[in-house]
Amino acid sequence: MLKLEARPQPSQLMSLASPLLALAFTVLIGVLLFMLLGKDPVRGLQVFFVEPVKNLYQISELSIKATPLILIALGLAVCFRANVWNIGAEGQFVVGALCAGWVAMQTGPGTAWLGKGIVFFVLLAGVAGGMLWAAIVALLRDKANANEILVSLMLVYVAEMLLSYLVYGPWKDPKGYNFPQTITFLADTRIPRLVPNLRAHIGIVIAAVAVGLFWLFLFRTYRGFALQVGGLAPAAARYAGFSSRSALWSALLISGGMAGLAGGLEVAGPLGQLTPYVPAGYGFAAIIVAYVGRLHPVGIIFSGLLMSMFYIGGELAQSRMGLPKSLTGVFQGLLLFTLLACDTLIHYRIRWQSRAALPKGA
Amino acid sequence: VDSVALLIAATLNAGTVLAIAGLGLLINERAGIINLGAEGMMLVAAIAGFATAVHSGSDWAAFAAGMGAGALMAAAFGLLVIWLNTNQVATGLALSLFGAGFSAFVGIGYVQGKLGERPSFSVPLLADVPFIGPALFRQHPMVYIAVALTAATAWFLYRSRAGLVLRAVGESPESAHALGYPVRRIRLAAVMTGGALCGLAGAYLSVVYTPLWVEGMVAGKGWIALALTTFATWRPARVLLGAYVFGGVTMLQFHLQGQGVEVPSQFLSMLPYLATIVVLVLISRNAAWIKVNMPASLGKPFFPGG
Repeated sequence: MLKLEARPQPSQLMSLASPLLALAFTVLIGVLLFMLLGKDPVRGLQVFFVEPVKNLYQISELSIKATPLILIALGLAVCFRANVWNIGAEGQFVVGALCAGWVAMQTGPGTAWLGKGIVFFVLLAGVAGGMLWAAIVALLRDKANANEILVSLMLVYVAEMLLSYLVYGPWKDPKGYNFPQTITFLADTRIPRLVPNLRAHIGIVIAAVAVGLFWLFLFRTYRGFALQVGGLAPAAARYAGFSSRSALWSALLISGGMAGLAGGLEVAGPLGQLTPYVPAGYGFAAIIVAYVGRLHPVGIIFSGLLMSMFYIGGELAQSRMGLPKSLTGVFQGLLLFTLLACDTLIHYRIRWQSRAALPKGA
Repeated sequence: VDSVALLIAATLNAGTVLAIAGLGLLINERAGIINLGAEGMMLVAAIAGFATAVHSGSDWAAFAAGMGAGALMAAAFGLLVIWLNTNQVATGLALSLFGAGFSAFVGIGYVQGKLGERPSFSVPLLADVPFIGPALFRQHPMVYIAVALTAATAWFLYRSRAGLVLRAVGESPESAHALGYPVRRIRLAAVMTGGALCGLAGAYLSVVYTPLWVEGMVAGKGWIALALTTFATWRPARVLLGAYVFGGVTMLQFHLQGQGVEVPSQFLSMLPYLATIVVLVLISRNAAWIKVNMPASLGKPFFPGG
């Protein structure tokens, strides 16, 4: 029978091959699923992997979805490397969007002298909002030892209720025909587009810069190093005098800030107003992006783009093949599941062992 | 007085969902495995149960389908964490994310689905006692099954030999392995039992409690059930009690809305989530107490000969 045998050292090759292997498995399962549903699998693969990069318009849409995914995943990579389990990025994203939206709503003739400069404050508010929401998690973990997984997740629901309250209540556009939405924000609060006539905005450039900064932080700074030691070997970190409290706070504030920034960019970019549909699942999908990208800033670029292809593919599958959009979620979940299974090959190799040679009871 | 009786009845009903899922997760965690996929398993079981009820017309078939779906998903999780040694937290998350997507995908055709006439239940004679009758004895059988299940779980864990082995596996898998117990198979059995009970809770939710199917309808109950096992310091009776308290919080929210209390409905809807955080904070403050009660190997992988 097959037996796992521990490798003397983790395999570098497998660490990179595992996401590709996982993608192959996910595609395979996807093909089976399409056949099961009586749809042409070739067409299905086209919709997911060819159409999203077919023309400039689709690439522009791809970049819009990749921006929040990459930004949030960068922050989560720091968190997960520090062994802090922030899974409430979705809530931090929503609160970031709320704060950014509040600043955007305050603009008017009085702030006209700022011109486009107001965008900076909108985004800053987004970052602050995300940090605030994550700070609650850090505080309760630090002071009361409350499990950060459960607290951060519960706060997602609270953030969504808060958004719902505001857009159905005090922030509702009085001229909006009673739709649950805020006013459309002034043009000055919108971030610049990259090319005229396409929705792609400079957020993707910000994401690219952030990738560089996170690489520097993780691999070239003392703080980034201390954080990761704390995650890998808490005892060693204590011995070296790295504070686990400071690691907890930095990890949560960084990831919360990044999720808030992503929320701010959504408000100042494609959305332009707040509606109940602000939470689009980016905060959860970014967990998968971070893992598939090997918690490495450069890897996250690729996995972020892949995951946004899944998003666009799901939308196209709905409009062109009559399949539910939630196909995206199925494939995203499958990808993480198969990735975790394939990751076993980093630490173990598979050996054939005859049954007779097995110790009893194994 | 009648409205109080109805409130009690509704509380027990709401608590039943959490109690069944919480007991499943308790058995699961007593074997040393933490499964964060509860939410995903409940969602898939909810749609599996709902679809079965729509097609077969039988609630009991729906419960069986929900249990099967939950156990199947738990088995996939178990194979990964027990045999491939994957990280339990990440794998559980993957299960929850997959469950959310998958249930939305297969459930799209059932969003407008309707179940037949919902039967009403009453315990003969007792149901007619004033106050106590409407409060306690006009419930779905599952409400009583949850109570029986609590007693059975307590008996199993503390009075049966198999329960002793299960706890040993959770406290010290190395010792259990050395004594010749098949640690990994026992863990898989515990994980699948947990999945089946989460599935039962999910199916009860969509077939009896709500009863309808909406995307994401479990709305965090799987996560609250996970928190319940900690609140209850891994004791069955306390899980049941905690579930009723949370059922009460959920019902209080509807009750206040019904009374026309001048609080926006969204703030009332936040109550169960905020309550979870508050209780978590209160319980976790005493780290030593949690540590004494927590299964010692919880979340740690065990790899015989590895």
